[in-house]
Amino acid sequence: MSVLVLVEHDNASVKDATLAAVTAAGKLGEVHALVAGQGAQAAADGAAKIAGVAKVLLADDAAYGHALAENVAPLVADLMAGYDAFVVPATSNGKNIAPRVAALLDVAQISDILSVESADTFTRPIYAGNAIATVQSSDAKKVITVRGTAFEKAAATGGSAAVEAVSGKGDAGLSSFVGAEIAKSERPELTSAKVIVSGGRALGSSEQFHAVIDPLADKLGAAVGASRAAVDAGYAPNDYQVGQTGKIVAPEVYVAVGISGAIQHLAGMKDSKTIIAINKDEDAPIFQVADIGLVGDLFKIVPELTGKL
Amino acid sequence: MKVLVPVKRVLDYNVKPRVKADGTGVDLANVKMSMNPFDEISVEEAIRLKEKGVATEIVVVSIGEAKAQETLRTALAMGADRAILITAEGEVEPLAVAKLLAKVVEAESPELVILGKQAIDDDSNQTGQMLGALLGWGQGTFASKLEVAGGNAQVTREVDGGLETVSLKLPAIVTTDLRLNEPRYASLPNIMKAKSKPLEQKTPADYGVDTAPRLKTLKVTEPPVRQAGVKVADVDELVAKLKALGVAA
Ligand SMILES: Cc1cc2nc3c(=O)[nH]c(=O)nc-3n(C[C@H](O)[C@H](O)[C@H](O)COP(=O)(O)OP(=O)(O)OC[C@H]3O[C@@H](n4cnc5c(N)ncnc54)[C@H](O)[C@@H]3O)c2cc1C
Ligand SMILES: Nc1ncnc2c1ncn2[C@@H]1O[C@H](COP(=O)(O)O)[C@@H](O)[C@H]1O
Repeated sequence: MSVLVLVEHDNASVKDATLAAVTAAGKLGEVHALVAGQGAQAAADGAAKIAGVAKVLLADDAAYGHALAENVAPLVADLMAGYDAFVVPATSNGKNIAPRVAALLDVAQISDILSVESADTFTRPIYAGNAIATVQSSDAKKVITVRGTAFEKAAATGGSAAVEAVSGKGDAGLSSFVGAEIAKSERPELTSAKVIVSGGRALGSSEQFHAVIDPLADKLGAAVGASRAAVDAGYAPNDYQVGQTGKIVAPEVYVAVGISGAIQHLAGMKDSKTIIAINKDEDAPIFQVADIGLVGDLFKIVPELTGKL
Repeated sequence: MKVLVPVKRVLDYNVKPRVKADGTGVDLANVKMSMNPFDEISVEEAIRLKEKGVATEIVVVSIGEAKAQETLRTALAMGADRAILITAEGEVEPLAVAKLLAKVVEAESPELVILGKQAIDDDSNQTGQMLGALLGWGQGTFASKLEVAGGNAQVTREVDGGLETVSLKLPAIVTTDLRLNEPRYASLPNIMKAKSKPLEQKTPADYGVDTAPRLKTLKVTEPPVRQAGVKVADVDELVAKLKALGVAA
C-alpha cells in the first residue's frame, strides 16, 4: 500500500503536526509526502529529512502559496491515482482540505483517527470523545485525518528522501487569499507544548487573563490556552481555545485555572498526562479528571504560586 | 439572493452521552435532542443577511428521521422562510449528506450555503467542504466573520495560528465557527407563526442519491476513564507536586 501525506508547513519549514501523521501513515504502507506551496523548497527539504518518508512531492505554484482548499484538493485528487490512502494532520488546514479531496474521489473521510487497527479499520472519537468508534472503510481509497496527540511523532531528522517536482491545475479561480492575522509568540505552540496553562471565564477580563496566566506560564515555560468562554468574552484569542471544537492537546502537565470542566473542554485536554485544577468551587467537574486539585480563589492562588516557583 | 442552511438534529450539547451496553452506539432513546449548535449560528447568520437586505429568502434543510421536523420548525421560528425535510433512517454519512445537499442546491439555486463547521455528534467536520467539491464552489470554513457584497463573500476564518481572510466568488459555501454570532431565541409568537410556514417532505430516492454508508461501525466503546486524583491544601503543597513532576525547579 502506498500513502500520500499532506505536509503542514509555512513554505519555510515543516510544522510538527506533520510528524504524527507520518507515523500513522507508516502503519499503512510506504509514505510519500506532498508539499504544496509557493517558494516551498525549504519545506520540501525539511520533509525529506523526516524519518520514514520515502519520497517528497513538491508542487510549487503561486496557487498553492496560501493552501487554498479549492486549489490544493484537485492537485491531491489527481495525484491520488497513484496512492491508496491520503493522510492529513487534523489541523485547521488539514480539516479544510481533506474532505474536499474525499468528495472528489467519492470516498468517505475518516476524521481524527486515534489508531490504525488494520489497513481498513480505525478508531476515532465521537460525541466529544465520550465514545470511541471502531470503523471499517469499504472504499478503495482512504482519506484520513490524524489526531496529533494519538500518535508518536516521527523523527524530524534522519531521512534522506528525494524531492520530485509535480504540478497540478493551479488556480481554480474560486477563491483568493486576502490576509491573515497570525499571532507571533515566544511561547511554545499549544499542540506541541510540554506544559500548558489555560484560563477560563473566571479570569474576568483580558487584562486579568494576561496579568494572572502569563507570568505563571512564563515560569513554567508553558503555552497558554483558554476555554471557549474565555475566548468568546475576548480575554484570549481564538487560537487559544482548547476543546471539542478547538485544539486537542495532551501535554505532560495541563493547568486549568478558573475552568469548570464542561465536556466540550475536557474533550480537548483529558489525555494530558497530569492535570492540575485551580477552582474555587470544590464540586467543579474539572476535579473529576484532575490529578491534583487546589480549591480556592485563583486571584490569590496563582500569583502566590508564580511567586514561589 | 437565496440562502440555504442545512441543520442537523443532534443530542443536546448539555447531555452527557452514554455508550449503549451492547457497544452499537450512543443511547439516543429518551434524551433531549436539539439543533446542532453550529447550525443555530448558521441560521442566525442567514437571518442577519436578510435583515441587512442581502438575502431575500432562507431555506432550511435537514436530513434525518421524521423528528428532524422539530429542528426545522425551530429554524423557521428563528426566522427562516421555508423548510425541506429529507427523511432517512439510520445514520447518513457526510458524503451522502453532501450529495443530497448538492441536489437541493441544483433545485433551489441558492447563492450561499451556510453550514455548521461540525456536527457535535459525529464530530466529522466534513460536509461543507464535500459540498464545495461536489458543486465546484469556493469554501470559507470556520467563519468568524462574513461579508457579502459585489458578487463576493469575504470570510474571516478561525485557523490554528489566528485568523485568515479569504474572498470567494459567489455562489459559495460557508461553514460557521463559534464566534460568528450569538443566535437569537425564537419568541413565542414566532414559534406559533412557524407552525404554518411551508415544510416540504422528500426522500433520498426523490433525488436519486444512494445513502448507503461507506463506513461500517464495528463497535462503540467508552473511552478510558480518568480517576480523580488528590486535592492539595495550599500553594506550598502544589509547588512541591510541581517540583516532583519536574516542571518546576
Ligand atoms: C458547540 C459547542 C462547542 C463548544 N466547544 C468548546 C471548546 O472547544 N472548548 C471549551 O472550553 N468549551 C467549549 N464549549 C463551551 C462549554 O460548554 C463551556 O461553556 C465552557 O467550556 C465553559 O468555560 P469556563 O469553564 O471557562 O466557564 P464556566 O463554566 O463559567 O466556569 C468558570 C469556573 O471558574 C470558577 N471560578 C470563578 N471564579 C473563580 C475564582 N475567583 N477563582 C477560582 N475559580 C473561580 C467557577 O467555579 C467555575 O467552575 C462549547 C460549547 C458548545 C455548545
Ligand atoms: N443530516 C444532516 N442534515 C442537515 N445538515 C447536516 C446533516 N449532517 C451534517 N449537516 C450539516 O453539515 C455540518 C457539518 O457536519 P459534519 O460534517 O457531520 O460534522 C452540520 O453543521 C450541518 O450544517
